[in-house]
Amino acid sequence: MSFLPKPKLHHPKLPTNALGYTRRDYEGSISTLCAGCGHDSISAAIIQACWELSIEPHRVAKLSGIGCSSKTPDYFLGASHGFNSVHGRMPSVLTGANLANRELIYLGVSGDGDSASIGLGQFAHIMRRGVNMTYIVENNGVYGLTKGQFSATSDKGSKAKKGAINTDEAIDLVALALQLGATYVARGFSGDKEQLVGLIKGALRHKGAAFIDCISPCVAFNNHEGSTKSYDYVREHNEAVNRLDVILGRAALTADYAPGTVQEVVQHDGTVLRLRKLASGYDPADRIAAMNYLQERKAAGEIVTGLLYLEPEAEDLHDHLGTVELPLNRLDDAALCPGAKALEAINDALR
Amino acid sequence: MPEPLTAVNDFVVKFANVNGSGSASANGLFAKAILRMGIPIASRNIFPSNIQGLPTWFEVRVSGEGHLGRRGGVDLMVAMNPQTWDRDVAEIEPGGYLFYDSTKPLPRSRFRDDIHVIGVPLTEICNAAYSDPRQRQLFKNIMYIGALSALIGLEPEVVEALLGEQYRGKEKLNASNRAAFHMGRDWALAHLRPIGLQLRRMDAVGRRIYVDGNSAAALGAVYGGATVCAWYPITPSTSLAEAFERWCRRHRTDGETGRKRYAIVQAEDELASIGIVIGAAWNGARAFTCTSGPGISLMQEFLGLAYFAEIPAVVFDVQRAGPSTGMPTRTQQSDVLAAAYASHGDTKHIVLFPEDPHECFEFGAAAMDLADRFQTPVFVLLDLDIGMNDWLCEPFRWDDGRRMDRGKVMTAEMLDAGTTFGRYLDVDGDGIPYRTYPGTHPSKGAFFTRGTSRDRFAKYTEAGPAYVDNMERLLRKFATAKSWVPRPVETRAAEPTRLGVIHYGSTGAAMREALAALQGDGVRLDALRIRAFPFHDDVMDFIARHDRVFVVEQNRDAQLRTLLMVEGNVDPAKLVPVLHYDGTPITARFIRRAIAEKVQGLRIGPLHEVAAE
Ligand SMILES: Cc1ncc(C[n+]2csc(CCOP(=O)(O)OP(=O)(O)O)c2C)c(N)n1
Ligand code: SF4
Ligand SMILES: [Mg+2]
Repeated sequence: MSFLPKPKLHHPKLPTNALGYTRRDYEGSISTLCAGCGHDSISAAIIQACWELSIEPHRVAKLSGIGCSSKTPDYFLGASHGFNSVHGRMPSVLTGANLANRELIYLGVSGDGDSASIGLGQFAHIMRRGVNMTYIVENNGVYGLTKGQFSATSDKGSKAKKGAINTDEAIDLVALALQLGATYVARGFSGDKEQLVGLIKGALRHKGAAFIDCISPCVAFNNHEGSTKSYDYVREHNEAVNRLDVILGRAALTADYAPGTVQEVVQHDGTVLRLRKLASGYDPADRIAAMNYLQERKAAGEIVTGLLYLEPEAEDLHDHLGTVELPLNRLDDAALCPGAKALEAINDALR
Repeated sequence: MPEPLTAVNDFVVKFANVNGSGSASANGLFAKAILRMGIPIASRNIFPSNIQGLPTWFEVRVSGEGHLGRRGGVDLMVAMNPQTWDRDVAEIEPGGYLFYDSTKPLPRSRFRDDIHVIGVPLTEICNAAYSDPRQRQLFKNIMYIGALSALIGLEPEVVEALLGEQYRGKEKLNASNRAAFHMGRDWALAHLRPIGLQLRRMDAVGRRIYVDGNSAAALGAVYGGATVCAWYPITPSTSLAEAFERWCRRHRTDGETGRKRYAIVQAEDELASIGIVIGAAWNGARAFTCTSGPGISLMQEFLGLAYFAEIPAVVFDVQRAGPSTGMPTRTQQSDVLAAAYASHGDTKHIVLFPEDPHECFEFGAAAMDLADRFQTPVFVLLDLDIGMNDWLCEPFRWDDGRRMDRGKVMTAEMLDAGTTFGRYLDVDGDGIPYRTYPGTHPSKGAFFTRGTSRDRFAKYTEAGPAYVDNMERLLRKFATAKSWVPRPVETRAAEPTRLGVIHYGSTGAAMREALAALQGDGVRLDALRIRAFPFHDDVMDFIARHDRVFVVEQNRDAQLRTLLMVEGNVDPAKLVPVLHYDGTPITARFIRRAIAEKVQGLRIGPLHEVAAE
């Protein structure tokens, strides 16, 4: 089977999680991406996050569009069902999947071309609807798979590998997600795994539309001097506002932090998100302040990363629609078919 | 002056109204009252999308013989829209009748010499009886029904009974409507004489029901177990999604919690609609979308994905006149090829062609089973004529023993028992592989769904032989579907004949009437009504058994004929197109004339000569 190319030889000393799984159990096929591609680091962070959270791999559904980034669901969680759909349309497929079975964990993986260019409309609407999911854009500012054209998140003034300068304004997906009502909004960097794992864990435990814009350099087409999505450029301009620890179950706040530097937020399922603040005064509970702050720092040439906005008690699409608890895909004939007697009454009313 | 038309239970009444004036419910009452007198009718709404004066027309063909197609021509025009007066008057058959509001005198030049004019001062009566402008408008409608009842013999008791049902529990409304009805009726009884067109009670309706195809298809989706509906508004399919919501609210709401056993999403466009459907079906729910031609165009890429990755999806396409925005409020059967071969690359899809609301219900439910059984998109091709008009049709039927056919789904138990799972592995020769729903088993049965080529075990490959193997299996699967889809229905001529006619969808009613008339003209035809693609073997047998086969369609390019030629390798000369595509529903008159002309042109004589060949 496609997801088992690697022999699962469990090293007796590999650490296991609460389910008894090692990190290996969360891996997938061997990546076919370029060595050094940021997307592979994100896959590793997803594996780490799922392992640490002791998520049953088969309870995750991985969905993606088309692109190098969208190929990655093949490279993690081999025991999960995956769906590599069509370019820019993963959000609708994920929405449908989520409607069918509200009990699985939905992980959408996309690229900047996939979500900000061809799929901008679907990106916007899945955020508006509050679909319960984790949506990660592996943002490299280019079309990797089609070999290096500018994407819609490419910064104005950024230089292409062949020298062309981008003259179009960039789309900031974080700003859009905030405006469109996503209830968990973060930005990460594939080069900062520690921060990223926390952000992914928080998103996976969040109920509602969780969005992570993860800057993920393309070593083949966008890692040169003059690119604003290169490893060097992002490292230099990264302004992390916080770091996130996700604590399953309620754990008392340990006393190691200076007052005012740590904030704890309890999510709907009891998970505690512990934010270690790095930028003084940054409050991820304030959507409007977050939008302002982002614009301000962007003007100053900085890339803000961290958990930027969180609404811990968010509602999701199922709440809005008022669907039954039992997943729709498990409803049987008795629950779905009104039957012959009801039909006779319907016929009568039509005579 | 020609003789006034005379007919019993066989004439056409057309109402010309202003949209939003409340005429729809009065006209509906008129139609239903005739049905309650046991007389079959065929009724149609005509509503152009952007003409000044917001005109709408409602046409009622009264047919004791039971003809349900459009007849063409108008015997009695109820002209209530001054803006369309001239064309309405022009449409009346010589010797026909014009009913109008005579409150304001009109110059002679606005009438015709060869028709009979019946003036009723409706506004005057209304203004005398009511002071509220809204009441004046609303009751004017019911008042003209009252006047008509006196003129053509519509039984007042039947109207009263219908009003009683409509306003059950709202006695005041019931009484005031009844009063307005009688006001009109009494005026007509006092001042006018019955006209030559008369209704006479009969018993030709039976247990049939009167319903529109969109509501019926939506109900079929409910009975077929659909739980997810994603759609984007477009005439003439919008009322299908709205009907689904209505049926679900009544029949799918949990009694205790008030929660819904369904989810409806008004998507941002048709791409999202079909994407949601595919995502839901991939995850084991039954899902559908409804749209019209422009939406089908937008869905193409996704439909190819569903075909190739083998994901169920049901698409109700309520066809309208294309191409492009075309005539959005006019009917056509012009998406046949767009549906059958939707998407790029080599694809073929299951397409069902219901002929009336009864079949919309049947096929709506069957489509859910077929989509699951064949793990592929299934189109149900309605058209505006079936979808948006109330049709007299057989009642809906359901067998409580029936269960959803979820097709080949491998369960956790089967996986644990060691059953080999290959997502694209044909285990028994029917071309249909097993699938698993996401989340089935902790360590077995997961696979990666993709639109790229893969081997039998869902592993990505661009190896030519593996690709071909898969594409051939898809053909095998399609061939299996032939005997699962609704079979064609054949009607033989009274005597053996070498001439045949093929038709489908909403043409059925007009076709039956035309066949009877042609028989009278000495043109004998065996008829085959195709109900699905892929074509059942019966279809090719039928073509083989006849020398010439007319293919009657409501599009310009003879799309079903093309499909027959291509799929059945039929000699084009054998299939003679009969095409009607001006956006109005096809009529028996048209079919009769077109076929009669072609029979002459082809020098195909009566049967004995042909048979001598
Ligand atoms: C409808 C359609 N148009 C174009 C393509 C070609 N295409 C494949 S991937 C891609 C861009 C991917 O860019 P991005 O989402 O940023 O992913 P990356 O490869 O950079 O990770 C394009 C244009 C396609 N697959 N489908
Ligand atoms: S082309 Fe760029 S995005 Fe694609 S795999 Fe290579 S480095 Fe990654
Ligand atoms: Mg990219």
